[in-house]
Amino acid sequence: MSEGIAIEARELTRVFGKFTAVDHISLDIRAGEIFGFLGANGAGKTTAMRMFIGLLAPSSGTARVAGYDVYTESEKIKRSIGYMSQRFSLYEDLTIRENIRLYGGIYGLAKRDIQARSEQMLARLGMEQSADLQVRSIPLGWRQKLSFSVALLHRPRIIFLDEPTGGVDPITRRQFWELIYQAAAAGTTVLVTTHYMDEAEYCDRISIMVAGKIGAMGTPAELKRRFDAGTMDEVFVRLARPATGAGAGTA
Amino acid sequence: MKALRGLLAKEFRHILRDRRTLAVVVLMPVVQVILFGFAIRTDVKDIRLAIVDPSPDHVTLEIRHRLEASEAFTTVAVLRTTDPLDGLFQRGAAQEAIVFEPEFATRLDRGMPARVQIIADATEPNTGSTRQNYALSVIRTYERGLGAGAPGVHIVPALRLRFDPTAESSHLFVPGLMAFVLTIISALMTAISLTREKETGTMEALLVSPLRPAQIIVGKVLPYLAIGFVSVLLVIVEARVVFDVPLRGSLTLLLFEGTLFILVSLSLGMLISSRTSSQRVAMMGAMLGTMLPTMLLSGFIFPIESMPEILRWVSNIIPARWFVTIARSIMLKGVGLDYLWPQTLVLCGMAVVLLGLSTRSFRIRLE
Repeated sequence: MSEGIAIEARELTRVFGKFTAVDHISLDIRAGEIFGFLGANGAGKTTAMRMFIGLLAPSSGTARVAGYDVYTESEKIKRSIGYMSQRFSLYEDLTIRENIRLYGGIYGLAKRDIQARSEQMLARLGMEQSADLQVRSIPLGWRQKLSFSVALLHRPRIIFLDEPTGGVDPITRRQFWELIYQAAAAGTTVLVTTHYMDEAEYCDRISIMVAGKIGAMGTPAELKRRFDAGTMDEVFVRLARPATGAGAGTA
Repeated sequence: MKALRGLLAKEFRHILRDRRTLAVVVLMPVVQVILFGFAIRTDVKDIRLAIVDPSPDHVTLEIRHRLEASEAFTTVAVLRTTDPLDGLFQRGAAQEAIVFEPEFATRLDRGMPARVQIIADATEPNTGSTRQNYALSVIRTYERGLGAGAPGVHIVPALRLRFDPTAESSHLFVPGLMAFVLTIISALMTAISLTREKETGTMEALLVSPLRPAQIIVGKVLPYLAIGFVSVLLVIVEARVVFDVPLRGSLTLLLFEGTLFILVSLSLGMLISSRTSSQRVAMMGAMLGTMLPTMLLSGFIFPIESMPEILRWVSNIIPARWFVTIARSIMLKGVGLDYLWPQTLVLCGMAVVLLGLSTRSFRIRLE
């Protein structure tokens, strides 16, 4: 495994029938980095992420996640990563505590660890009083934070967040990003997909996907300079427009 | 192992917290027995008939000829004594038997009552007595044809039903009902609970975790297997206590066959869920794909013999058709594996094929 590289992809491709969802992408994500995957709906960011986490087999190309090969070592990858989807992945008819215990057990944590970590987590989230409420009855913002913390319960080296902030208000989104920073500060690599451009500014580096390819990659400041744009919004629009128009001609 | 235990506990919580569904599942057998307790009459044809004629003469030959000429009967055996009858009935080779008294014509000529017994297998719903009436009317017609001869009673028919002398319809419905309830619990609930996890995104979380596909499947399926098992016991006890339905055969065998049938239904449920992405569609799929065929084509309500040939053929691929036969035979006839091995084998084959298919379709979703 290359030193300090959490995710490494070379010419990674996924084809569905005649449609190429991910088209020969190559990237290196450093350990401890917050890496943003941006792109319009259908640009291929979720497909790329699903190949990294072992939900989808690549059609061609190579990729290593946490140093393990996505073709042959998906079991090891699964132990090293956490995942939170836009649908939060919590069981609504189980209580907060039961959800934590369930996922702790699934990731093979010892009972004592689950106990200790869930108390810590509940204290950090300020949910001690509500631990025995069913998830269906707690607000969306809480669910989102809980879901994120549960995905970190087994202390993965990399966490994948697939549009984690869909449908929540700006203040809650802000608070959520505080959690992401805390995780990154503790050494966790974060790969996050989003289509909120303001969130792109929070990332260390971003890649913007256009029609299955990586249209641009770099720090937010670099990209704004390169495209001579004041905001990430403008960068995105400049990148995406040629693709929706004549087709060819991306940077 | 610990992970699996956690999964199982979670599944039971889902079931126990969904009170309404649980109530439906528990109350269903009770309500169904009452609903289906009402008789549904149907026509029968191609009745497999055994004839016992100790001393053939012109009268018995004429009656036999008329029975054979009627579309309703197919003669499967002509015997001298009643001894082989038991075997014929148990194997299902014969559904009805007509037993003539010795010296039938001689007794008639002398003006003595000539007795004939009409025995029908009553393990199939509501058809036993219908079949007897068919045979009876043939004999009565013949008797009337003798007409102007000596007055008084000539032929004295005696009607008997086998295996189920009381002919309570609940006796016949309970085994079919078991198949029905098991289909609902195993196929419908498995399909719905699996699609629910797809809908809410939790299935994805399980697939991304280090759990192996086999563990996820066992974790989803085992609770419903357990509930199905309890439900079989419940129906047997209810049948016994409330409706006096006998259990003449082995309880162990019945539970084994029940488990086999549950496995088949569970796999069907999994297959359905792998083809659908919403609970609503899964429910419709399970209803059309498993519940309706179980109700209409398994022989539970309508006897398979009276179906058009195409449907009779189709009924062979309905798992419930085999289980209903097995359950009825064990409960009402008291037979064992020595008679039921062909049906059991069919169910085993279905279980292997369907489990294989559904596990595979589950794996495909991962890749």
